[in-house]
Amino acid sequence: MKAPIAWVFIAAFLVVCAVFLIAPTAMLAVQAVTDDDGLTLQYVATLGEYRYRVAFAHSLYLSLTSATVGVIAGGLIAFAVLKPDAPRLLRVVVTSFSAVAANFAGVPLAFAFIATLGSLGMLTTMLKNIGIDLYAIGFSLFSITGLTLVYSYFQIPLMVIIITPAIEALRPSWREAAENLGASSVQYWRMVGLPVLAPSLLAAWILLFGSAFSAYGTAYALTSGNISLVTTEISAVLSGNVSSEPQVGAALSVGMIVVMVLVLAASHILAARASRWTVKS
Amino acid sequence: MSDTDRLGAGGWAILILTGLFFAVPLVMTAAFSFWEGGSRYGLEAYHVLLASPKLFEAMALSIELALATVAALVLLLVPAMIFMNLHAPKLRPVFEFIATLPFVVPAIALVAGLSALITGPDWLIGTPFYLVIPYFFLALPYAYRSIDVGIRSIDLPTLTEAAQSLGAGMGQTILWIVLPSLRSAMVGSALLTLAVVFGEFTFANVLLFHTYAVFINEIGQHQVTAAAALSVASFLLTWGAMLGVLVVGRGRATPIGAR
Repeated sequence: MKAPIAWVFIAAFLVVCAVFLIAPTAMLAVQAVTDDDGLTLQYVATLGEYRYRVAFAHSLYLSLTSATVGVIAGGLIAFAVLKPDAPRLLRVVVTSFSAVAANFAGVPLAFAFIATLGSLGMLTTMLKNIGIDLYAIGFSLFSITGLTLVYSYFQIPLMVIIITPAIEALRPSWREAAENLGASSVQYWRMVGLPVLAPSLLAAWILLFGSAFSAYGTAYALTSGNISLVTTEISAVLSGNVSSEPQVGAALSVGMIVVMVLVLAASHILAARASRWTVKS
Repeated sequence: MSDTDRLGAGGWAILILTGLFFAVPLVMTAAFSFWEGGSRYGLEAYHVLLASPKLFEAMALSIELALATVAALVLLLVPAMIFMNLHAPKLRPVFEFIATLPFVVPAIALVAGLSALITGPDWLIGTPFYLVIPYFFLALPYAYRSIDVGIRSIDLPTLTEAAQSLGAGMGQTILWIVLPSLRSAMVGSALLTLAVVFGEFTFANVLLFHTYAVFINEIGQHQVTAAAALSVASFLLTWGAMLGVLVVGRGRATPIGAR
């Protein structure tokens, strides 16, 4: 069957992606290594400067910690509400709230936390009134710890949503079999449950890492220059707030893409190793 | 019933603690929006907001952008995916690659690339509707996923052959047979796109367009209570969209990144 119109639609989509997604990405790579005189590594070298090393360190630390908090807390919550005797209503409330909270991020989330835990926030003031001065004992919302707390607000529900299907797929018969053979609950998890879940947990962790690493709005509204992250450094270059050349922004962007590709590649290798545990249903 | 079946004290403790972590900021933010300094509470923040024409302009712009992005997905992505599955299944890896790319290239990097590469013409980059292009890619990974699941579940070749053997043309087949069976996948991704684009900040802020999220950030610089009020509104809006997703899509509400 001939269908020229089909090719028009396919071509249109591919052209749009090539021009506005692939070409700009390629442009970053080119821009990062060229100046007026041709090829140069000077901009890539600026990534080694203290300022940008700190930004990458902050971004990586924040992404690692918030992804780990998300995987553990979200995993435990999903596991708890999926237990056979957990109230059905509880399950519905947790899943639907997770869908909302996972998508409630960016600037509104930042201001919700400023209103709660900022230096004039409601909770900060209430705690102060009963004698607990958070900011006097070293807490600040505008620190890496504060950011980790805020990021957890979307990371945990994100994890609940991602991991639920994998936990649901754990078959009760496996646990019964383990119990019949005399395995304790701990032994079941260590030797059956967790190995089977490992690829899904890893994939979820990668997704959470990526969502924190590329987060910009939340950090921008919260830190306003206090803590440098790679994303806020790139935006500072783009908006001309710092006297860096645009090539530095390109080099930083390429740096981010490289991190994401490395993380994805590492996860593929680990997943291939873990997949010997995957059971084909 | 074995031990592992029961929710138990530990399970409840985890759920109550995290429940507090999620409920407290929402309640506090709502309360904070009525704060007028000292121990005075009132509707000042809301008066400020209602008296600000810029708020309604920003909201209108964000709604228009969200609708335009949904239109772009329906006109550009959905037909390309249907035809790829029907006529060019060999292109599937290319489509898969493109659909993962926005995850690997963070929004801030894409906007850096776009501003480096595309410097004109003015009718394109001078209008806020230029944002529809990056928003299309923002929505692409999960819209692709959910429509792909939809297409795989309906045995597309058989359906189209059946329709055509009954005398339907290509256009009729797509309009009357294929699209209706993809309805729940499409409505689901459309609602998600609406919610995400409505709150999107990265592209709008860097490209200097006054959308809803940019407005929240701006007003938050001098009137935090007003920003708190808008944050609560945002949460309720996201809730509305997600409720829609859960009601229409028998599937799950997939989360995506606009952070």
